[in-house]
Amino acid sequence: MKISPEQVAKVATLARLDLSQATIDQYAQQLGGILDYMDKLAELDTAQVAPMYTPVDHVSVLRDDVVKKDTPREDILKNAPETDGAFFIVPRIV
Amino acid sequence: MSELTRKSLSEIRALLAEKAVSASEVTQACLARIEATEPRVQALLSVQAEAALKTTKALDAAGPDPAKPLWGVPLVIKDVLCTKDAPTTCGSKILEGFRPVYDATAVARLKSAGAVLLAKANMDEFAMGSTTENSAYFATRNPWDMERVPGGSSGGSGASVAACQCFGALGTDTGGSIRLPASFCGIVGLKPTYGRVSRFGMVAYGSSLDQIGPMTRTVEDAARVLAAIAGHDERDSTSVDRPVPDYLAAIADNKSLKGLTIGLPAEYWDRGLAPEVAEACGAAVKQAEALGAKTVRVNLRLSEYAIATYYIIATAEASSNLARFDGVRYGYRDKDAASLMDMYVKSRTKGFGAEVQRRIILGTYVLSSGYYDAYYRKAAQVRRLIRQDFEAALSQCDLLAGPVCPTTAFKVGEMTSDPLQMYLMDIFTISTNLAGLPGMSLPVGPGRESGMPVGLQLTGRAFDEALLLQAAHALEQNVSAAGTPAL
Repeated sequence: MKISPEQVAKVATLARLDLSQATIDQYAQQLGGILDYMDKLAELDTAQVAPMYTPVDHVSVLRDDVVKKDTPREDILKNAPETDGAFFIVPRIV
Repeated sequence: MSELTRKSLSEIRALLAEKAVSASEVTQACLARIEATEPRVQALLSVQAEAALKTTKALDAAGPDPAKPLWGVPLVIKDVLCTKDAPTTCGSKILEGFRPVYDATAVARLKSAGAVLLAKANMDEFAMGSTTENSAYFATRNPWDMERVPGGSSGGSGASVAACQCFGALGTDTGGSIRLPASFCGIVGLKPTYGRVSRFGMVAYGSSLDQIGPMTRTVEDAARVLAAIAGHDERDSTSVDRPVPDYLAAIADNKSLKGLTIGLPAEYWDRGLAPEVAEACGAAVKQAEALGAKTVRVNLRLSEYAIATYYIIATAEASSNLARFDGVRYGYRDKDAASLMDMYVKSRTKGFGAEVQRRIILGTYVLSSGYYDAYYRKAAQVRRLIRQDFEAALSQCDLLAGPVCPTTAFKVGEMTSDPLQMYLMDIFTISTNLAGLPGMSLPVGPGRESGMPVGLQLTGRAFDEALLLQAAHALEQNVSAAGTPAL
């Protein structure tokens, strides 16, 4: 099989997803089919070709290093699942 | 239906400007139409009736403003675009209840132009899909036939415009998501050149592929909306600092296609098209020739590699873009999580639908150590070859023409069991996003067998939207109009 259930499980951990065994097996099969299809690209000789990661040619766009305060704190916290009014509150880390 | 809602955006804009109707009257007509049709069409995720009428009250009090090209015109916005204080879900449960604190640049520009924002349109979750069946909320129906899909991922936008709930909508297109629903719903849809319209405030799926564009009932309408949203934006470093041409001037009174050369890619015409699609698109090309255009056969030999290239790049970018949905600052957070890691995992697993999870897994895999060169880097190299393929074809003609999709709209549920089969529906649209070129779908009449709309796709050189609009406009005036669905 192109991608084993164990590999799917490993990738799921990286992607912070918890998949059931049934889903893992199903994805392994579906993704295997998709990856087989992607093997077609090996037919093309790209040895001398520079990768194109974006259609836009310009390089990094810079701006002056000036602090701008566009957004009030309360807006930033508006959609927070849990907040004390100053920070986002999350389960304990240490 | 009220005669008002049947009109084109350009028609209603003129009536509003000359005070033949008030902004409130027009918006109320749309709201009534929405109420009458939504139980069946289900194009919208939320309707901002109160806010819209508050806007029209203020607009009417101030009176029509010639400096606002879309004064009083009600529009619908795909739910992937941030609208200040209005729900923005991206068709996902993970953003249920989320209200952005700012407007996307495209949305802000429409507001500055005097437009009225009516509602947020349904879509495939995080723009991943071609039928709007992947919405975590409900599936939208095609107004021409309720048993059929409207296309996707901007299916809600497409259906809303076709059903005359609004005078135009914003959609987004990463692999065909404006052009396919436009084709299936019998309306005009335009995906601009990458960088033409700011992506600031568009929830990202494939950052090097995404573009926002107009979905309207006529070509002139599309030109008006594009004019309002196009142009450089400091807040999107991928937006291009290039003057915006006068799109309306480009289409003004141009009935002839003399001097235009249209390229017909063999790979888009010779492969398995439904007979009704080949017929309707072929007739449109004949009509273009009757209007003075020359046609030439061209090749896009790398077409067969486009889907594989796209799905590697798009899923890789998506896996990165969707990493921000972790329950920390916004969106769904699982309350039973025991630890921070548990919170990330549970929130994402419960919040994201199956197709989104599948693409995140695929994208994470192709970027992972050991596979990055074989997949992502290779796909990026093929991407450059695909662009060169287009540039070569477009050196022999002014624009390319072909069907948007091998078929017309199929039935709800027909494609959902096999993800790869679903991906193949994008076969004619996907390369345009890889190359970053502009593409538009123009309705060219009902298919003989199914009676469903057929869309012809026009693809142009980078930043040549004016030529696309000009050609489409001339063709539109001479192809039998599909009318509006009997809803």
